[in-house]
Amino acid sequence: MLNQTGIPTLEQVLSRFPNNKALARPKAVLECYEDIPCNPCATSCPFDAIHIGENINKQPVLNVDKCTGCGICVQACPGLAIVVAQIKNEEAWFKIPYEFIPAPVKGEIWRGVDRNGNVICDAKIESVLLTKKQDHTAMVTVSVPVEFIHQFVTVRERHE
Amino acid sequence: MIEKGKNMRITKHPVLTFPERKEVAFFFEGKKVFGYEGDTIASALHDLNVLTLSSSIKRKRPRGFYCAIGNCASCNMVVDGKPNVRTCITLLKENMQVERQTNKGVLKK
Amino acid sequence: MIQKELIIIGGGPSGLCAAKIAAEAGINVLLFERSFALGGQLVKQTHKFFGSKSQYAKMRGFDIAKKLISDLEPLTNVEIKTNTTVVGLYPDYVVTTLEDDVYTRYQAQTIIVATGASEKSLAFENNDLPGIYGAGAVQTLMNLYGVIPGQEIVMVGSGNIGLIVSYQLMQAGVKVKAIVEAAKTIGGYKVHASKMRRLGVPILTSTTVKKAIGTDKIEKIELVKLDDKWQEIEGTSEVMTLDALCVSVGLSPMYQLLSMVGAKTKFVTELGGFVPIIDEHHQTTIKNIFVCGDAVGIEEASSAMMEGYLTGLYVVKNMDRKHPDHKNLLNLYETQLGFLRDGPFGIKTKVGLEKLRKELDHA
Repeated sequence: MLNQTGIPTLEQVLSRFPNNKALARPKAVLECYEDIPCNPCATSCPFDAIHIGENINKQPVLNVDKCTGCGICVQACPGLAIVVAQIKNEEAWFKIPYEFIPAPVKGEIWRGVDRNGNVICDAKIESVLLTKKQDHTAMVTVSVPVEFIHQFVTVRERHE
Repeated sequence: MIEKGKNMRITKHPVLTFPERKEVAFFFEGKKVFGYEGDTIASALHDLNVLTLSSSIKRKRPRGFYCAIGNCASCNMVVDGKPNVRTCITLLKENMQVERQTNKGVLKK
Repeated sequence: MIQKELIIIGGGPSGLCAAKIAAEAGINVLLFERSFALGGQLVKQTHKFFGSKSQYAKMRGFDIAKKLISDLEPLTNVEIKTNTTVVGLYPDYVVTTLEDDVYTRYQAQTIIVATGASEKSLAFENNDLPGIYGAGAVQTLMNLYGVIPGQEIVMVGSGNIGLIVSYQLMQAGVKVKAIVEAAKTIGGYKVHASKMRRLGVPILTSTTVKKAIGTDKIEKIELVKLDDKWQEIEGTSEVMTLDALCVSVGLSPMYQLLSMVGAKTKFVTELGGFVPIIDEHHQTTIKNIFVCGDAVGIEEASSAMMEGYLTGLYVVKNMDRKHPDHKNLLNLYETQLGFLRDGPFGIKTKVGLEKLRKELDHA
């Protein structure tokens, strides 16, 4: 399916999602489902929480205990395939990469979008970080209703 | 055909910066038009909504550019009297005379 | 006739990397680049690169170009001539160039051809209409000259270039109405495809362009669905309006200069078309003429860089010179190139190179 549509199955997504207990703290979700020669996520992680190994074609594996949800891998991934997720105050909080203008602004309500590109919910922009080190990939912290935790993937501008 | 483009220009971009550039006047089919410093002839014409750069030799079909890096010769035009100029890799210069090429190219003596 | 030790034809990633290694070994290098800037296709790549640290992973393409160019700055024995097109390569190691209207002849001891590749086109009715561009052309237009191809485009081809350029079009504010792919599955990395689906862009597999419609320029396209045998399925025709069509159906190595000296070539589909036959040191069938990068097989820039460094090392050895770090670098780059080709996306290249190697055994 992924090969035909570009969309992973729910099963694939769940296989990369830490369980709800672990998500009490922010954790990375590595949605890299294909063997491609690439390892900046592993080499960028300051906590050694991502493992790929010498053969850089292997898909990255997260050590959930070591992961602090810092989000450095979110910017490092050239495929923009990584987000950080957390269940906080009965909401699903995410740190997502964003490379478009206009960038979201703290406090705004944008549209929450799923992997099919469909709007599924409202997404509150909690904060936006873009430093020089991020090299033009903004990190947007967003909160959505918790029932969308496995569907939500990115935000889209609201056009009134 | 418009004299001054700008509707096809990117001004803001999430990764790249496109600074303001100096206007460059040139002539297309005898008409004075404007591009910007750093443009190639083809990119300047594209912004002016000129997509047909030449025509095929036998059937006179309209031709525009295709590869934009100097390989396919689809963008050949007559520039300052010289034919077969690959306009996609030729930088725009002030007062250049640019004309559509409709034949194999005649080299004036 | 101007005498030179080493001439490198092409200032893209593989040429620049080869120049660095050769110069570090004390060889006097003359590099020709037909464009006004060095960096090849890297200069318009705005996305972050894959691979590992030695291929500058997570750096944006144009930043990698800057790095490769700055690596050459301290090397005083590298002479670079941009705006200079190599127009001839002759059996007596003569290289002729055209710079503006000035024609010059050089003769070299060794030559490296690093001329890259050119975009293929797709056969369909009216495929020559203005407004139909190679995907690389659209990338050049947008990212180098800041001009968008139109407000609404359709991308043909779901390989990495098609997927990446589609994303870059969206970043430039252009609407990508659809990505059309003739095969049953998406050709490029699925992470790129996922990015496009998130943006609401449909990827239509088993679909191709039957014809382009328009008088002075493209206005519409007719799409049709394909069956298992790549044949049109009756009644599946769909017409889409658009401002421009991007065709991303692959690249062909630009080996043509090598034909001038009679270097043997072979048609290898997996490598993109006709490629020069090389030995394991990237030497063609003509002694002292080497080739690296896309000109000897279509891959990614990461591979082109590794091949460039390696060919530099092979050339240094061939010229009986010494690079101060030969052994380590050889090991590093050969290992890295191996990794780049080790996954499922490298299979095609490995099969192609194997075919090429067999040819040399018979040659």
